[in-house]
Amino acid sequence: MAPAATVGPGSTDDVALEVSDVAFAYPGREVLAGVSFGVPAGGFCVLLGVNGAGKTTLFSLITRLFLCRTGSIRILGQDLSGQGARALAALGVVFQQPTLDLDLTLRQNLRYHCALHGLDPAAMRPRIESALAGVDLSERAGERARQLSGGQRRRLELARALLHRPRVLLADEPTVGMDVHSRQAIIGQVRARCREDGVAVLWATHLVDEVEPTDQVVLLHRGRVLHRGTAARLLTDTGSATVHQAFNRLTGAQEAA
Amino acid sequence: MSPRQYLLVLRGILAREGLRFLHQRERFFGALVRPLVWLFIFAAGFRAVLGISIIPPYETYILYEEYIAPGLAAMILLFGGMQSSLSMVYDREMGSMRLLMVSPFPRWWLLLCKLLAGALVAVLQVYLFLAIAWFWGVQPPPIGYLLVLPALLLTALMLGALGLFLSSVIRQLENFAGVMNFVIFPLFFASSALYPLWRIRDSSIPLYEICRFNPFTWGVELIRFSLYAQMNWYALAGVAAALALFLAAALWGYDPGRGMMRFKQGGG
Repeated sequence: MAPAATVGPGSTDDVALEVSDVAFAYPGREVLAGVSFGVPAGGFCVLLGVNGAGKTTLFSLITRLFLCRTGSIRILGQDLSGQGARALAALGVVFQQPTLDLDLTLRQNLRYHCALHGLDPAAMRPRIESALAGVDLSERAGERARQLSGGQRRRLELARALLHRPRVLLADEPTVGMDVHSRQAIIGQVRARCREDGVAVLWATHLVDEVEPTDQVVLLHRGRVLHRGTAARLLTDTGSATVHQAFNRLTGAQEAA
Repeated sequence: MSPRQYLLVLRGILAREGLRFLHQRERFFGALVRPLVWLFIFAAGFRAVLGISIIPPYETYILYEEYIAPGLAAMILLFGGMQSSLSMVYDREMGSMRLLMVSPFPRWWLLLCKLLAGALVAVLQVYLFLAIAWFWGVQPPPIGYLLVLPALLLTALMLGALGLFLSSVIRQLENFAGVMNFVIFPLFFASSALYPLWRIRDSSIPLYEICRFNPFTWGVELIRFSLYAQMNWYALAGVAAALALFLAAALWGYDPGRGMMRFKQGGG
């Protein structure tokens, strides 16, 4: 099995998330083939790809919603197939679909999340309050999630995903459908956790303007990795001026092939 | 993961279902209308037509209302179990099911907690129904109300596990109603809920055999006997075996190796 190439500054020793030679197929349709990359602790890795590239399927494999039969996935060195519980405990997830219980209050949603991770919600109260304050939703903590706007719900989901202090955060197109300010706020909060707490982030998106020059980029197209490395290297390798141009060149070349 | 953490998960899921129940009181009380209509109208109408001879666990001639009350209690559990599975299909479509499934705890434990939460709500509904039925003349011995609790819980778990399995194989919410028609009605009508099995035997032997091996019949009889402070070991064994079978099927249905409940393909 080919070792995962680590994108990011860390050595393979501090790889928080390691995806090695992963393949997956729905009946009669191959979705992922030979996908390998790694995200170091404290690294921000953008999984870039158009709709249908295989990003959500890859997320389903990393979160163990689907079983990874070909290749391997390791979280903090724990193999997902062998030590799934320990691996999942280190994982925070913001799904592409909203997953809040709209009939529960904001605080109740966070308490429920604590319980699902085996944490005592009563003992976690200060952390819950702090998480709500962190996404500027303290004043609405007693309201039902249904009453929040789309952007506020996403912020709450982000707070929830980080509540159990995961070492790896997966975010599957969390900014889709949001206005520019809300998008910037969400990305800013995630980058801060990355810098300050050393959380490894895998950020799936098809929005190229969310990529910063220092970010690690894994470009996924039709289930295959076309590029992995920094955004700056992506520009150099493709001779492009912008990530958008590089993205079009690579995926366009793939279409032509 | 320590035992205390397992209990925290259980408490969390029970609390969530309890809160949902508080937020959806209409649904809770609405579920009582169906059996009460059967009790107040159907049973009154058929009282003269369907005479009930002395059969265990009854020690004397009884009114038809008294006969069908355990069947209607089981009907509440049946609809409760199916309602619970409907909510799981809904949760899956809405995405909140994913949150449950990425918990680091074993999937069997998460599903068991969910199952137990749904069963407890359904059992509460049955007790409310039995309280109303008492004023309608259905008055089993007081001890029966206590002894029936394990029977109700076991039957609720069995029917909930069946619902759980169905929710794992139903792809979309729109398909749910159709599938339910193939499950709820045959289970209910081909059972001893509305008429004693000996009456069915008089009409059709094949139908009698179907009714006899219907898990819902076992649940009804277990509830009936427990409510009258007697034990039906055959029904107990049947319900326990069906619970084990449906639970195994549900766990298989939610096995990640099957692609976690056959999520809709797509996305990024």
